[in-house]
Amino acid sequence: MTPVAEQTGAWLESFTRQHPAAPWIRQLREEAFARFTQMGFPTTHDEEWRFTNVAPIARSRFQFRDIVGQVSGLPANVQAGAIAGDARQWLAKQAFDQNAFVALNTAFLNGGLFLRIPRGTVVEGPIEVVYSVDGQVGNLPHVGPRMLVVAGADTQFTLIERYTGQGRYLTNAVTEIVAGEGAVIDHYKVQHESGEAFHIGSLFANLGRSVNFSATSIAMGGALVRNDVNVTLSEGTEATLNGLYVVNGSQHVDNHTTIDHAKPHGTSHELYKGILDGKAGAVFNGRIMVRKDAQKTDSKQTNKNLVLSDEAVINTKPELQIFADDVRCTHGATIGQLDAESMFYLQSRGIGKDDARNLLTYAFAQDIVDRIKVQSLRDSLERILFEKLHERPQ
Amino acid sequence: MALLEIKNLHATVGEREILKGIDLTVDAGEVHAIMGPNGSGKSTLAQVLAGREVYAVTEGQVTYSGKDLLGMKPEDRAREGMFLAFQYPVEIPGISNTYFLRAALNARRKYEGLPEVDAFDFLELVREKMKLLEMDQALLNRPVNTGFSGGEKKRNEIFQMAVLEPKLAILDETDSGLDIDALKLVAHGVNALRGPERSMIVVTHYQRLLDYIVPDYVHVLADGRLVKSGGKELALQLEETGYAGLGIADEEEAVGRV
Repeated sequence: MTPVAEQTGAWLESFTRQHPAAPWIRQLREEAFARFTQMGFPTTHDEEWRFTNVAPIARSRFQFRDIVGQVSGLPANVQAGAIAGDARQWLAKQAFDQNAFVALNTAFLNGGLFLRIPRGTVVEGPIEVVYSVDGQVGNLPHVGPRMLVVAGADTQFTLIERYTGQGRYLTNAVTEIVAGEGAVIDHYKVQHESGEAFHIGSLFANLGRSVNFSATSIAMGGALVRNDVNVTLSEGTEATLNGLYVVNGSQHVDNHTTIDHAKPHGTSHELYKGILDGKAGAVFNGRIMVRKDAQKTDSKQTNKNLVLSDEAVINTKPELQIFADDVRCTHGATIGQLDAESMFYLQSRGIGKDDARNLLTYAFAQDIVDRIKVQSLRDSLERILFEKLHERPQ
Repeated sequence: MALLEIKNLHATVGEREILKGIDLTVDAGEVHAIMGPNGSGKSTLAQVLAGREVYAVTEGQVTYSGKDLLGMKPEDRAREGMFLAFQYPVEIPGISNTYFLRAALNARRKYEGLPEVDAFDFLELVREKMKLLEMDQALLNRPVNTGFSGGEKKRNEIFQMAVLEPKLAILDETDSGLDIDALKLVAHGVNALRGPERSMIVVTHYQRLLDYIVPDYVHVLADGRLVKSGGKELALQLEETGYAGLGIADEEEAVGRV
């Protein structure tokens, strides 16, 4: 057997024991599984995975486990259910053939969550979906949360995805959002998995004309984390991508974003900030594509990193592919340490060194937190962040 | 017993010696002005006293409240009642002025074995002091010094001093960059804080500040040494003759004096 077949063969048994499903889903699963076995898990020879080694996932013998997201904040006029029926016209339209993990998630599609927001619906509070995995019971679980959100024109809502758990497990999540013309959508993903967990997640957002979309990704937990955000803009679409990753110990978090300006007059703002301590590693790869048609694109990308230890490693890379000539695209990345003058200023006011360090670190993350529009989320995040910064792993 | 006693203090940054043997005694309630041209070591002295690590003390002792100051961490110096008003207050985006100052006050209170104050009590506590420095609530809610004008920054320093009620305040060129109205306001704040239990070291290049904050003693610092000491009239003499009158080179006077 080839190494790829060796790895993927272990998944075949789980695959064949799945619950039956509608013929079109069965067919989709099979296509996806075939694609997955063909590709196998990526290695660091793959440009897309150069700094993130998923061998620990490939080597593990996971058992597939169904997962159901706990949904709250659903108003009566939003339809929520399993992915079935006419979900077919939107599901997996954004190719899984490039990413083995997306293929794997699709191969294990079983139910999932399908949200339909009818045209013109304005949802006041956030819709929240929580995925929680207990890896301390049973065999080493692998869960595959899958969400499809279809938003009609002129809808307005906030969607929060939360990922938590205990023990060792793999979460391999895929969310697809299809937004109709003029929709205003704020998406938040809070990844607070257990310290031993693997988390691979992809968000695909296909945004219609004049959509205003924001995606905020908060990555705190997990031993090995990969987070992909892919947005495709149409004419006059505005997309904001914010991210915060806080890693310590031997954590590794990889954020890959792709902003595809497919049509003219699109605007994108991207700000990802990272705080690294211990022997942690992080990756930021921000691809911005401006297609030939996409004149008058305005795009700004910023990645800032605060490195608190000598042993933490950050790899940051902008990737601009511009095929239009009348555009404005800027990008910048910084890697820095705590400012000695600021430290002294705080200490000279009686604030102890550790507290000063925590305060300044917290301050670094503050502008991402401030951009979160949901008060309850901001509060819970401040708490999580506070706890995280007070961890002092060696 | 003197509040602060500096004996033969030498300090270097890198290979360069900046303080070359300073002797100074400050008693409780006294206001000492330290004047000197640029590069004479005024700010270095202020920062060394506050515990800035970039300066290495190579010789000498400093006793503060009977304790060995040089062996203390910067935060402990502050908790023991020392306060440095920075020449260039640091901007800290992401931390509100109120949060910062309350953290500072509580650090000191904890050190003294007092209960911490909550956000509500803190506002009560600082209300009077806000009036004194004409600080409005908006300034308090903004991130520390971020986007403040030069005058607002200096006012914020003296406001912090008013809240923290130090035993020894070191004012490092608090007058620099201020117009006359801002200078009067800051000086008014400083004067309101003068008292028998509070000593001050006022570091300045210009005599102008000392018209408003009248010192008990004036010392002239040149090339890392105190070359002349006297009463407040020494500042006036300097105003008349310039540093050159004392045989001290001052590049700024050479170009700028009218």
